[in-house]
Amino acid sequence: MVNEATSRRNREGASSTGRPGLLTLINSYFVRHAQTLFYSLGQLLRAPFSMLMTAAVIGIALALPAGMHQLLQNAQLLSGKLDDATQISLFLKKAVTEQQARELTHKLGNMPEIGRVRLITREQALEEFKQNAGFGDALRALDENPLPHVIVINPALQHTDAAAGRKLLERLQGMIQVDAAQLDVEWIKRLYAILEIIKRGVWILAALLGMAVLLVVGNTIRLAIQNRRDEIVVIKLIGGTDAFIRRPFLYTGFWYGLFGALIAFTLVNIALYLLSDPVRQLGELYHNPVSLTRMNLETSAYLLGAGILLGLGGSWLAVGRHLRDIEPR
Amino acid sequence: MIRFTQTSKRYEGGYDALSNISFHIEPGEMAFVTGHSGAGKSTLLKLIALLERPTRGQVLVNGQNLSRIKRRQIPYFRRNIGIIFQDHQLLFDRTVFDNVALPLIIAGYTRAEIGRRVRAALDKVGLLGKEKKYPITLSGGEQQRVGIARAVVHKPLLLLADEPTGNLDPDLSREIMHIFREFSQVGVTVLVASHDLELIREMQTRQIILHQGQLADDGSGVEYGQ
Repeated sequence: MVNEATSRRNREGASSTGRPGLLTLINSYFVRHAQTLFYSLGQLLRAPFSMLMTAAVIGIALALPAGMHQLLQNAQLLSGKLDDATQISLFLKKAVTEQQARELTHKLGNMPEIGRVRLITREQALEEFKQNAGFGDALRALDENPLPHVIVINPALQHTDAAAGRKLLERLQGMIQVDAAQLDVEWIKRLYAILEIIKRGVWILAALLGMAVLLVVGNTIRLAIQNRRDEIVVIKLIGGTDAFIRRPFLYTGFWYGLFGALIAFTLVNIALYLLSDPVRQLGELYHNPVSLTRMNLETSAYLLGAGILLGLGGSWLAVGRHLRDIEPR
Repeated sequence: MIRFTQTSKRYEGGYDALSNISFHIEPGEMAFVTGHSGAGKSTLLKLIALLERPTRGQVLVNGQNLSRIKRRQIPYFRRNIGIIFQDHQLLFDRTVFDNVALPLIIAGYTRAEIGRRVRAALDKVGLLGKEKKYPITLSGGEQQRVGIARAVVHKPLLLLADEPTGNLDPDLSREIMHIFREFSQVGVTVLVASHDLELIREMQTRQIILHQGQLADDGSGVEYGQ
C-alpha cells in the first residue's frame, strides 16, 4: 500500500514536492511558535478592553504582595540602621567634670567589648536641646544646666547579643562616675519579631493571591476555549495535534501574565511614589534621613517571572482540563 | 484503500448503527454510501476517519489497521484524509485563504509552499480570486467548494464527504460531484455518503447501500438503476 501510494504520487508528476523535509519542519516549528505568540497577542488586542480588565485583576492581585514585600524590605533596611543603634547611654554623675568625662571616654574606648564611644558634654546636649526640641525658652529660664554628661557606647560587634549587652551594662553601672546606664535593645528585638510575622504574612498573602491569579487566568482561558469550540473541532478533524491546539491558549495565558505583571509593577511604583513624601517627612522628624527604595531590577524580574509563570500555569490547567472534552462528533 | 471486515458499531444504549459490514474499496476508486437517514452512512465515514471506534471487526485504511492507532497518533493519521462536511465546517473569522491553508499550517509547510498550494486548490474548485473574502460573503455552493479546497489542499490519498450536496440545488450538486470525479481520476480514493439517489444514478458509480445498519447491496450504479 505504501509503495502504491508513493508510486501514485510519482505519477502525479513534478508539481508534487511531497511532505515538508526535516529541516523545514524544525525551521517552521520556531517560525510557528513566533507566529502563534504574536497571533495570540493580536487576538487579545482585538478586544483590548476585556483584555485589560482581566490583566488589571491579575495586576492588582500581584501588586498587593509585591507592594507589601517592597515595604517590608524598606522596613528591614530601616531596622538595619537601627541595629547600629543598639547602644548604651551612660549618664554620668553631676559631680563629674568635663575633663574626667573625657578621660573616662578614652578609657572605655580601649575596652575590647566596646566598639565606639562618643561623649556628649552637658553643654553640647543643652545646645542640641535648645535648637531642636523647641523648648529653648524654657531652658533659658533655668539658672544652670540640668543635663549631665552622657557617654554613648556602641558595643563591639561580637558583644551585640542581649546577654553580652546586659553583662557590659552591669559592669558600666558599677563604675563610680556613672549615675545610670541604659541599654536599648529589647524593643529592637520586638520589632524584628513583628517584622518576621509580617514577612510570613506577606508570603501567605502571596500564595493565596497567586492561586487567585491561576484561577482568573484558568477561567479566562476556559471561556476562550468554549468560544472557539468550533475552531478546535475543525482543527482536530483535519489532523491538528493537541499541542497545536494548546499552543495559542498557552501563549494567551503568557500574555495575560505578562500584562498583569506590568500593571502590578506600575501600581507598586505609583504607590511607592505616593508614599515617599510622607515617609521622608517622618524621617525628618526623627533626624534620620530615610527614603523609600523603588523596586530593584531583581525584584522586578521576579515579579515579571511570577506573572508569566502564573499565566502559563493557569492556562495549562484550563487547557488540560477542557481540551480533551472537545472531540469532533 | 479501505477494507471493512465484519465491522459492527453499537452505540451506548444498545443501538446498532452498523452490523457485520464487509467491503473493500480499491485505491483511486470512487464510491457512494447510500441509504435512508439513520441507515449508518455517517457512522461508516466516522469509523474511517477515526471519529468513532468499531465495537467489533476491523477497519483497514491504506494498509493500516485502525485499531492499532493510538489516540496520540490520530492527528497524523487524519492528515492523510480529506474530509468534507454537509455544514462545511469553515471558520468564519478567517478568510478563504486562511481556511484552505489550515491543513498546511498544521502540517508545517513553509509560507511560500502554502501560498502556492492554496492557490492551486482554489483554482481547482474555481474560486481563485476569492481568497481574501470571508466565507460568510460566499454562497452555499461556494462555501462548499472552499470546504473541498481545504480537504484536498494537502493532497490526501483519501477523500471522505458526508452529504456534501445536502443543502445545494441540483445544478450545484452536480457540479460538486464532478469535482469529486476529477479527483478520483487523478488517483484519489473518494467515498461520498449521500441520499441524493437521482444524482447518484446519474454518476453511474459503485454504491454501497446500507439499510438499518446492514449492507443491503454493493454494486455499480448501472446495476442499481436496472
